[in-house]
Amino acid sequence: MEPLDLDLDASEIELENEPMLLNIGPAHPATHGTVRLVVELSGEVIQRCDVQIGYLHRGFEKMCERGNWTQVFPYVDRCNYVSPMLNNVGFALACEKMLGIVVPPRCQYYRMILGELARIADHLTAAGAMAMELGAFTPFLWMMKVREMIWDVFEEETGARLTHSFGRVGGMARPPTESFVEQVGQVVPHAIQVLGEAERLLVTNRIFLDRLQGVGVMSAEDAISLGWTGPTLRASGVPYDVRKAHPYLRYGEVDFDVPVGEHGDCYDRFMVRIEEIRQSARIIEQCLGLIPADGPVNVDDPRVVLPDKQDVYTTIEGTIQHFKIVMEGIKIPAGEAYSYTEGGNGELGFYLVSDGSGTPYRVRIRPPSFYVTSGLEKLVTGAMMADVVPCFGSLNMIGGECDH
Amino acid sequence: MAQALIEHVKKHCPGAVLQTHSQFGDETIVVDAERWLEVARLLRDDPECDMALLVDLTAVDYPEREPRFEVVAHLVSLRLGHRLRMKARVGDAEGREVEIDSLTELWASANWAERECFDMFGVRFRGHPDLRRILMYPEFQGHPLRRDYPANRAQPLVEYRQVENIDKLPPFGPDEGMSFGRQTHDRRTSRDADGEN
Repeated sequence: MEPLDLDLDASEIELENEPMLLNIGPAHPATHGTVRLVVELSGEVIQRCDVQIGYLHRGFEKMCERGNWTQVFPYVDRCNYVSPMLNNVGFALACEKMLGIVVPPRCQYYRMILGELARIADHLTAAGAMAMELGAFTPFLWMMKVREMIWDVFEEETGARLTHSFGRVGGMARPPTESFVEQVGQVVPHAIQVLGEAERLLVTNRIFLDRLQGVGVMSAEDAISLGWTGPTLRASGVPYDVRKAHPYLRYGEVDFDVPVGEHGDCYDRFMVRIEEIRQSARIIEQCLGLIPADGPVNVDDPRVVLPDKQDVYTTIEGTIQHFKIVMEGIKIPAGEAYSYTEGGNGELGFYLVSDGSGTPYRVRIRPPSFYVTSGLEKLVTGAMMADVVPCFGSLNMIGGECDH
Repeated sequence: MAQALIEHVKKHCPGAVLQTHSQFGDETIVVDAERWLEVARLLRDDPECDMALLVDLTAVDYPEREPRFEVVAHLVSLRLGHRLRMKARVGDAEGREVEIDSLTELWASANWAERECFDMFGVRFRGHPDLRRILMYPEFQGHPLRRDYPANRAQPLVEYRQVENIDKLPPFGPDEGMSFGRQTHDRRTSRDADGEN
């Protein structure tokens, strides 16, 4: 039989080889979160790339300058809509650093358990969404189901699945419910079991591996220079975790490992997240044994903590205290402070400037996603068009945080 | 630990450090804006500082002060574990001539951070390779995080951008986009009324 491409080499057709400009996003299914990539293609190879963010800009920092310090909590919730509890705790710790107060041990463990649950939910979402974008829909659904169970715990505790607004300066809005320890004790092992099943589906799949391994490699030096922190930096082999390097709350007392990657490719970033879920489960397990069954959750400091509702109605001191905090806001000493915690995607920092009044002078959030996303350009330049999807998925960009 | 770091900077860049404090445990140096890059380079390259990670760069606006803006950078050394906040004061009371050297040649993370700082405060970074707005759109007027920018200010409507050298094939063209967009709507309906379609 004659070959079909017999005359192809001899043909006179000159195909244009000018680079082609292509827009990906801002509403592309693979760019979860609104981000726009303008790529210049030569064939299927990306020659240049411009990552454009800002589609979710809501003026978070400007809004903070209008209310009082406590009113910032709903905003930080909405900055990271995948693990809002970590943001709540991060901001509360920043305010407490300036006030010089330390919350009671029961609250510290409570914050740690809730925070690690949020981290599990965050990493499940990141890993699941990444798998889904590569065509693996089943693990995504399994992971979302588990995430829903975790959110049920949050709903039981805070009243809201997602935007909890549960943190307070000097404590939490409520003490843990009676069934808290039992509920968490049930959900976490279940999450780990489902995670194992989902992982088995994925990491024994040739297609999944081929699309991740060796794709989007980032060296440790470049990752540090780009300001990467969190799972993406650890995947490049740098064992920097704020919980280990500068322990806050009670992280110094619990035992956990910091997983690091070897190659810094998409596969490592995926696996670091999977392993961190297991480490978070370990932390929760230890905290459940350590959290005191009773005792105060909020600090005993009338400057920052609202009085008991009963006291507000029956005593003049309670009424005045309540009035002062609600109308004037918590007075944070004048000055500046930078407080940092380990968020879902890396170092989540708050740089606060106070003029001593009840209204923040400046609230600066240091969103890990902002710096992680800035590395996307480097990651995809020179790669194939199809590699954009796993590269972007492995960064777990959170639009609300990235765009402030 | 970090106090020794401040002494080290003072020794190697004499006269560059104007002020220091350690409020709330955060070691801070205020440096001469003209020597911003020099101090930053020392902090990154000197093995006793070794601050490989520029964590964050932002600005704070103090309208009643002169110089008006404080550019604030947070640095950390992953190897030695110390942190330092570096600040410089720039700009006159009117918010003009707000210029400082760019740190992009030292840290890649400064690229977006400085773009954001320019977008939000109007601080111009000398030597930045690509200083354009990042969170706001190019036609945005003013710098929203300045204290004298009212939070409720309305921005003017933006015309469709004219991009040259875009030869689009039909059906794309000047009428591309959603027919109910605020600028195409009038044109469409008037043409429909004329019966041209």
